[in-house]
Amino acid sequence: MASEVLLDAQGITKRFGGVLALAEVDFSIRRGEIYGLIGPNGAGKTSLFNVLTGIYPADAGRFLFDGQPIAGLKPNDIAARGIARTFQNIRLFQNLTALENVMIGRHVRTHAGVFGAILRDRRTLAEERAIEKDAYELLAFVGVHRRANDLAKHLAYGDQRRLEIARALATQPKLLALDEPAAGMNATETAQLRTLLERIRTEGTTILLIEHDMKLVMRVCDRVLVLDYGRRIAEGPASQVQKDDKVIAAYLGPDIALDVARRA
Amino acid sequence: MSRVSEELKLPIAPARRRPAVALLGTLLLAVGLAILPFVLASGFGTAWVRITNLAILYCFLALGLNIVVGFAGLLDLGYIAFYGVGAYTYALLASPHFGLHVPFWIILPIGAFIACVFGVLLGAPTLKLRGDYLAIVTLGFGEIVRIFLNNLSRPFNLTNGAQGITLIDPFRIDGYNFGRVHAVGSLTFSTPINYYYFLLIVLVAVIALNIRLQNSRIGRAWEAIREDEIAARAMGINTRNMKLLAFAMGASFGGIAGGMFSAMQGFISPESFVLVESIMVLSMVVLGGMGNVFGVVLGALILSFVPEVLRYTVGPVQNAVFGRTLIDPEVIRMLLFGLALVLMMLFRPAGLLPSAVRKREFETRPAETDGSNPEGAT
Repeated sequence: MASEVLLDAQGITKRFGGVLALAEVDFSIRRGEIYGLIGPNGAGKTSLFNVLTGIYPADAGRFLFDGQPIAGLKPNDIAARGIARTFQNIRLFQNLTALENVMIGRHVRTHAGVFGAILRDRRTLAEERAIEKDAYELLAFVGVHRRANDLAKHLAYGDQRRLEIARALATQPKLLALDEPAAGMNATETAQLRTLLERIRTEGTTILLIEHDMKLVMRVCDRVLVLDYGRRIAEGPASQVQKDDKVIAAYLGPDIALDVARRA
Repeated sequence: MSRVSEELKLPIAPARRRPAVALLGTLLLAVGLAILPFVLASGFGTAWVRITNLAILYCFLALGLNIVVGFAGLLDLGYIAFYGVGAYTYALLASPHFGLHVPFWIILPIGAFIACVFGVLLGAPTLKLRGDYLAIVTLGFGEIVRIFLNNLSRPFNLTNGAQGITLIDPFRIDGYNFGRVHAVGSLTFSTPINYYYFLLIVLVAVIALNIRLQNSRIGRAWEAIREDEIAARAMGINTRNMKLLAFAMGASFGGIAGGMFSAMQGFISPESFVLVESIMVLSMVVLGGMGNVFGVVLGALILSFVPEVLRYTVGPVQNAVFGRTLIDPEVIRMLLFGLALVLMMLFRPAGLLPSAVRKREFETRPAETDGSNPEGAT
């Protein structure tokens, strides 16, 4: 069970009408690593996230997560198995407080039902207290606890991104999938984010990271997968991928890539 | 961690609660509600007690619909169907129609359960629908139920069609017949007054239940679905089950209210369960403040009382001002009512009592962090 590989993806394919969003993508993520997923706009990064987390079904291919197949499961089942995610265009529960957002993340690991809610027996009350305490600690962990009672929609942009991470962490994931967490952040906030990601990893959560900020990716990721037009064009340690001709070509266009290669 | 714990007391300055004032307020309210029916009966006539009872029934309906619309965010335009299901369940099991006279405390749960089943029947095929699409399906559902009630007199006479069901049993508790007038000392407990106290007790219970549901793991899951269904699913919430639960819970409230309506009126017909009633209950929820339990109660009370008050005041006011009745009160009453609705929604678009932000206090709880902070003393 406790093999080194946490997530193994093979031949993941997804079509939208005539467009091939993902073409037989293979990759595997090891336990405890920060795994980057990069590529130009429209390369299929977010599609891969959506297929992984069950929002879209894959047309072909399989995921083995923690030794179990997860293809075809519903998003909520996948969250229960231990994959939590954030969204590229922040999807918080806008009209609930920051604390409540994180408390909702605890839903999948807690049990109180209707009768518990109505009767408020000792077990339910204890669970409620634990939910609130855990949620508050997670807010403190990501550094948003001072805004605990503010509505999510009133939070600053960077705080919203961090709150989304706290909410995802509340589901106690084995794999945390982050979709462009640094988007819109300034240099200081990005530096704080990097520290946060490393702390999350240290506490035992594997991270899958989509990010456009190459500096962040190169500094924080152990390995990187590069997609272009839905195809895997490179994978490996960040430093190695950085020098890959195909990667440079994908980002800069083939002519400039040749130029760069010549100069190197 | 110690740096964090110092900051823990920063975020919220809790509103100072004055328990004595709260207690006094509750006590005054309780006394006021206890003597209300006698004041109404002696001052304005028994009709006003009956109107109050109907207003409380609308509170039940609005609270039930609030679970579906306010908490879970599922727009339901056919809610009155569950009221009808509950009312007919009671009427069929406690009237000469089938010769059954089951006691009310058995029928009310049965009615709630049957309404609950209907709630799931409505919920299951509409799980993927939201907003306007859901509204149209639920609207159709409400009409289907009413048309069935209207036509299930042949080949087997289940509902007695448009004539409705008459001579429905009143509530009886251990020989105390709600349908009779009882004299206790110098007080006269007429039929509406009997029901008033019963309804009031149930109302308090239903309000408490709603508040507890809202502030629970289940309530939060509903609110998550209302706010963002995709994110809710990604957080591991089983949206299918939670939506069905909301439909079922909301429907069972409607079913119980229907049973009480049946017993109070003694007569029901499909006419009581028309689309306008669904819209009325939805207006109560929206006007009061979707998702706010007390707002919804306030909305229900206002929308039940205002048309009645207008009924009795529009005529006399015209006579006093113009010396004669210019416009028929029945006509102008609903016109004024509509105008009031428009104005209220213009000036308070989030409802009279918008859903409040639940502030949580962090200072008072121990074991927040490492325990080395002295905040507990403050």
